[in-house]
Amino acid sequence: MLYYDQNKNYRDFEVLRDENKCIQCQVCVRQCSYEVHTYDEKHDEVTADQTKCVGCHRCEAFCPTDALKIRKNQSEFRDNALWTPQYLKNIYKQADTGGVLLTGMGNSYPYPVYWDKMLLDASQVTNPSIDPLREPMELRTYLGAKPDAVEVHGGNGHPRLDTSFAPQIPIEYPILFSAMSYGSINLNIHVGLARAAEEMGTLYNTGEGGLHPTLYQYGKNTIVQCASGRFGVHTDYLNAGVAVEIKIGQGAKPGIGGHLPGEKIGPEISLTRMIPEGTDALSPAPHHDIYSIEDLRQLIYALKEATDYKKLVFVKIAAVHNSAAIASGMVRAGADVISLDGFRGGTGAAPTMIRDNVGVPIELALASVDERLRQEGIRNRASLVVAGGIRCSADVVKAIALGADAVYIATAALIAVGCTVCQRCYTGKCPWGIATNDPYLAKRINPEIAHEKLANLIRGWGHEIQEMLGGMGLNALESLRGNREKLRGVGLNETELNILGIKHAGA
Amino acid sequence: MQSWNYQKDISGCGLSGLINKDGTRVGGEVIVRSIATQHDRGNGLGGGFAAYGIYPDFADHYALHIMCDDRASLAAAESFLKEAVYIAHQERIPIRLNPKITNVPILNRYFVKPRAEMEGTTFDKGLSEDDFMVQVVMKINMDIQGAFVFSSGKNMGAFKGVGYPEDIADFYRLEDYSGYIWTAHNRFPTNTPGWWGGAHPFTILDWSIVHNGEISSYGINKRYLEMFGYHCTLLTDTEVVAYLLDLLIRKHGLAVDVACLALAPPFWKEIDRMDEDRRKLCKAIRMVYGSALLNGPFAILFAYNGGLVGLNDRIKLRPLVAATKGETVYMASEESAIREICPDPERVWAPKAGDPVIAHLNPGIG
Ligand code: SF4
Ligand code: SF4
Repeated sequence: MLYYDQNKNYRDFEVLRDENKCIQCQVCVRQCSYEVHTYDEKHDEVTADQTKCVGCHRCEAFCPTDALKIRKNQSEFRDNALWTPQYLKNIYKQADTGGVLLTGMGNSYPYPVYWDKMLLDASQVTNPSIDPLREPMELRTYLGAKPDAVEVHGGNGHPRLDTSFAPQIPIEYPILFSAMSYGSINLNIHVGLARAAEEMGTLYNTGEGGLHPTLYQYGKNTIVQCASGRFGVHTDYLNAGVAVEIKIGQGAKPGIGGHLPGEKIGPEISLTRMIPEGTDALSPAPHHDIYSIEDLRQLIYALKEATDYKKLVFVKIAAVHNSAAIASGMVRAGADVISLDGFRGGTGAAPTMIRDNVGVPIELALASVDERLRQEGIRNRASLVVAGGIRCSADVVKAIALGADAVYIATAALIAVGCTVCQRCYTGKCPWGIATNDPYLAKRINPEIAHEKLANLIRGWGHEIQEMLGGMGLNALESLRGNREKLRGVGLNETELNILGIKHAGA
Repeated sequence: MQSWNYQKDISGCGLSGLINKDGTRVGGEVIVRSIATQHDRGNGLGGGFAAYGIYPDFADHYALHIMCDDRASLAAAESFLKEAVYIAHQERIPIRLNPKITNVPILNRYFVKPRAEMEGTTFDKGLSEDDFMVQVVMKINMDIQGAFVFSSGKNMGAFKGVGYPEDIADFYRLEDYSGYIWTAHNRFPTNTPGWWGGAHPFTILDWSIVHNGEISSYGINKRYLEMFGYHCTLLTDTEVVAYLLDLLIRKHGLAVDVACLALAPPFWKEIDRMDEDRRKLCKAIRMVYGSALLNGPFAILFAYNGGLVGLNDRIKLRPLVAATKGETVYMASEESAIREICPDPERVWAPKAGDPVIAHLNPGIG
């Protein structure tokens, strides 16, 4: 029994079926792409191989008689604060395979969530709060490089603008859909994202997998990505959207590349990625033409040339220890927008060790980047979009108060269309039809319904942001941006308060 | 103290101001009657005035009004001044003792010009005279403990302190001054250290601001100004208004009405409906000067040697009334304050939210 899989019975979840309720309809058999449920014809009975369950709750959600419950495996090891079951199981697994542990979505460790340690202000007596149902409450933002001053001629009476601007993108909500490639998710989700972005006046990001021909029509709401693999990058693609994002890194896996296995490269994906069917799509860790900030500048300007200076160039980095200095260099290198992705940002696949141990919380990185750009007097020269663990509208408001122009959401968007954050996106079997290109699974997402849900999410958050703004006595988003006076820390130490640039609650 | 770790000053208030566009000068007693009518808008913890055209004999010198806590701070301020500027004349600011005005600091004034040779030493190189004087003021206010420059313009002056404005006026003998612009402020702070410097008006060079309201966007206005080298030392809202005007009008060269567009811009919905030239301008102003938008309830009067401007926030959360009679334009929190000194105005109106009332001196005057 040298290769007996010890983990098999140390499974993560238990599948509980209430036999009194189960009517052997076999919905679960069809819904579970991990083949946990099987129908035993002889005994007219549905049974489960619990060892395969990833805890996605698809079967539970679809069971018509509510017969199924998925819960954590109750079996317990002897308590040990250091050697928790997770470490034991990982070691058993690696001892068997000699492989790298893989996972999906963002950092799952209980590192401090600074959003939850900051509280917002509201008006009382001395300044009235503003009711967004009765008064205008403005969320529109323009992304792009701004000059420090405007020049106007004609003076008093009929002033006219003399300054010409670099291209700007208006967004009606400070919430963008973050990069998810076609390949890591399927076309139905991309269509839903594109249509929701169009309806709500915001943007979605193609990710690094190219742009499917049917999506060019949503160009006004599209950011196309140019990553180290350069998949699907050609002139029409670069000019298809309103911006090009150079992806240097990603919060879930700073410093490493990506790998979409050959099995996932079907005909459509092969077409958009511009690689042969069945070949692995390997994104190298660094861009092979960027080994320094000067090189980044060259790529930024190469893209600006290729797009006739009509498109914005975003540069996306993972939040790491020196983000502030790096971001300053990026602005000076000509980036119109800095995308900063915190260590809680999601991914379709990442080595577990990297996901859970590399990077910096977005709240801290954001605070120090914004402050550094201000100290250097170049904050106007680029917009700042942050990502990585934005869960609700209050997180958005806090991010903007710390200094962001807008936020990117991706995990939240997937949750809106069903994702339960089971973190097994890398298997390609996502039972919710999201992180999969298996046509049988992918058709579980109806693009029209996805569109509606995604638009609803933005709409709902928008209402809440307006309420919070009005409560603070503000009626324009720009008065919140960087207004750290509206934040107070709870349970934070001096160093943390200093980095966030906020006072403690009560002060 | 970290720059973000300030204590915010919150206050309600009454305002009044007048300008004689033909340059006719009137005594301080006029504006005092007007502001005294609004006695109940303050609580005796701050009153102040700004007057323009009051120092014709030293019209080309910067008039520095300095308050000092004690002799040591006075000595420090004076020795710094002697190094940095030529002092043409200096004196105690004349006062009349008033039982209601207590804790009086040492109040001096100096009529000065920058010493060009000081450039590149304690001061930056290549500064205009105005920028040089801004640095003089900032250095005294930041670095000299207990000394505070509360007025620094040419041919104008601020007079302020802790007390009701009518008592402050009596204390400073304002009836002895005559000016063509006067503004007045009656303060109702909810938390105050009882510091004379905290009263309005706030000034920088010849900009003076009296303000009723609370700037909810203070946090970002202040951080925005820091990018351009302004340090908000007073820890109050009103100071940012003064510095924003200095930045927009003096440094960026915007006309007053354009600067007002930045401070209280139209809503996007309105901008979307404007004709192309106007839309382009307003859009650009909002994109570039979003961090200068003053959000929250306010009515302000700001004056400079060439005129007087009244401005409300974008949804008019604080009162402001304006009136005209002949060559005089009046602005105040309440109509009663105007009628007290001008019983039969030709026109009285409540300016619309965000619409500035701009009154310049007539061409060739001033
Ligand atoms: S993997 Fe998902 S669908 Fe399958 S049994 Fe577990 S919870 Fe149910
Ligand atoms: S996208 Fe699918 S596989 Fe990935 S976490 Fe969500 S439900 Fe699981």
